[in-house]
Amino acid sequence: MRIVALVKRILLQIFRDKRTLALLFVAPLLVLTLMNLVFNGNTVSPVLGVTNGDPQIIKKLNDEDIIVLDYDKVSNINETIVDNNLDGFLQVEDDKTTLILLNDDPTIAKSLEMKVKQIYSKETQLKLMESIGMQSQLLSQDSMETSYIYGSSETELFDTFSPILVGFFVFFFVFLISGIGLLSERTTGTLERLMATPIKRGEIVTGYLIGYGLLALIQTVIIVLYAIHVLDMVLVGSIWNVILINIIVALVALSLGILLSSFASSEFQMVQFIPLIIVPQVFFSGIFSIEGMADWLQVFAKLMPLYYAADALKGVMYQGLGLSDISSNLYILLAFAIVFIVLNLFALKKYRKL
Amino acid sequence: MEETTTIQVQAVTKSFGKKVVLKDINFDIKEGRIYGFIGPSGAGKTTLVKMMVGMDIPDKGSIYLLGEKMPNLNILQQIGYMAQSDALYTALTGKENLMFFASLFKLDKSEKQKRIAYAAELVNLTADLNKRVAAYSGGMKRRLSLAIALIQNPQILILDEPTVGIDPELRLSIWNELVRLKNEEGKTIIVTTHIMDEAEKCDYIAMVRDGSLIATGTPRQLKDQYAVNSLDEVFLGAGRQAQ
Repeated sequence: MRIVALVKRILLQIFRDKRTLALLFVAPLLVLTLMNLVFNGNTVSPVLGVTNGDPQIIKKLNDEDIIVLDYDKVSNINETIVDNNLDGFLQVEDDKTTLILLNDDPTIAKSLEMKVKQIYSKETQLKLMESIGMQSQLLSQDSMETSYIYGSSETELFDTFSPILVGFFVFFFVFLISGIGLLSERTTGTLERLMATPIKRGEIVTGYLIGYGLLALIQTVIIVLYAIHVLDMVLVGSIWNVILINIIVALVALSLGILLSSFASSEFQMVQFIPLIIVPQVFFSGIFSIEGMADWLQVFAKLMPLYYAADALKGVMYQGLGLSDISSNLYILLAFAIVFIVLNLFALKKYRKL
Repeated sequence: MEETTTIQVQAVTKSFGKKVVLKDINFDIKEGRIYGFIGPSGAGKTTLVKMMVGMDIPDKGSIYLLGEKMPNLNILQQIGYMAQSDALYTALTGKENLMFFASLFKLDKSEKQKRIAYAAELVNLTADLNKRVAAYSGGMKRRLSLAIALIQNPQILILDEPTVGIDPELRLSIWNELVRLKNEEGKTIIVTTHIMDEAEKCDYIAMVRDGSLIATGTPRQLKDQYAVNSLDEVFLGAGRQAQ
């Protein structure tokens, strides 16, 4: 009965606080949308300046979405590149070909370099074969076919880490709001006041888990549905599994948020946990390759709840795995939640020994 | 008439870190009286009161309420506690605050409604019950805190500086009600204050200074003992003796 009263009170408080409500339900959607727009933006065609270019090659470059600007004579190539906003310059002098890259954005520079090199080597190969009299027919087709286990040739980087983002936003917003919720109860003295009533510590923790858990549940469902139906994120596996994973993620975030709030004495100190607890989780969630990290760092990654959440979400949403394939991740996440909940019970001892 | 002891404090010592807040405190509180703990800020009044409620435990010694050693969850049903700072949910209305605290105690539905109406009436908040606490004045918040302390009709009332920020008229009516609760319902009431005026209204006074009880007795006894006319002078006299 006391738990019901506590849950009712928490929900009433949250629904009175329109800003927090907006942060819980609207902010994640806003950020996800923005991320989606940013990552799915069209790639800009690189601009390449050319002197003495072979028309055959220029045509091929154009086919590869490279904007080619023909220059007659250039005295200072570096200046030309910088002044005309070129991404690179291809200079052909007799037998020698030089590619000068601006390289202010390594991604553009690398892809431009690769494309130019490819076209060049193909062209020289072709010429070589023609000179020895072979049919060029064979080479005009691609000599290699590519097939994909996950995704397709249309797969973009965002497709592989959008599942991680969904999990991250559920984690982040639930962590923040539940943590600050219990914190304000500490700072206003109401938690201490509660301890002068016959309520048990377990009832307080349960009440908070249920109260904020209900909010987290609604939030999770909204985020998942929005991500899949509105933002059209890749979903190969079952949506129910996605929701299940996110609910468990929310539970971990909830219990961690309440727990850490007992080590903060103000809202500002709660926010200080973000760079300490939240940001490192992003690094180890799989957005950056974990295999490439030092061994000790990989061990560290395995201590992060989001590592397991990201693995499970990516598994279901991108790779189409079923529940049995991700169950070990879910068990580990549940274990995190249980540990945090038990620690919460001990943390409340600070207020009443019973 | 046989008097029952409601609260027993036995050889209680408490320190926070190296600072000793209370040293070897001993006293009994009898049923149906108003006890006043008087002393300057930092004397240890609040710490003592919190240990009675069971929110803190003594380093040495023990405290018994209604025969049970504190802390004890069941006894909390019988204690109405009002903290020094107003611990209220400001996003909720006065009524919702009362309702929430009422739900934490074992009260049936009709009794809950009756107690809420009674407690609100007592502190003169009936008209403002549906306003959010955020819009309350300091005095109104104090009164709501007092109403919450009374909500479950407890046998013992422990009030930490209950009348701070309350205007004289309301203060008088609150004291009248405390006296009525004592006389008609036999409640035991413990009040901490640093206003000597209020101390005069207590049946029994314990003066606290630097963690020790420097003087105890009825206001009359204390004044006679130090041969002075006001409790202010008793306090100063007792303080000098203690040094």
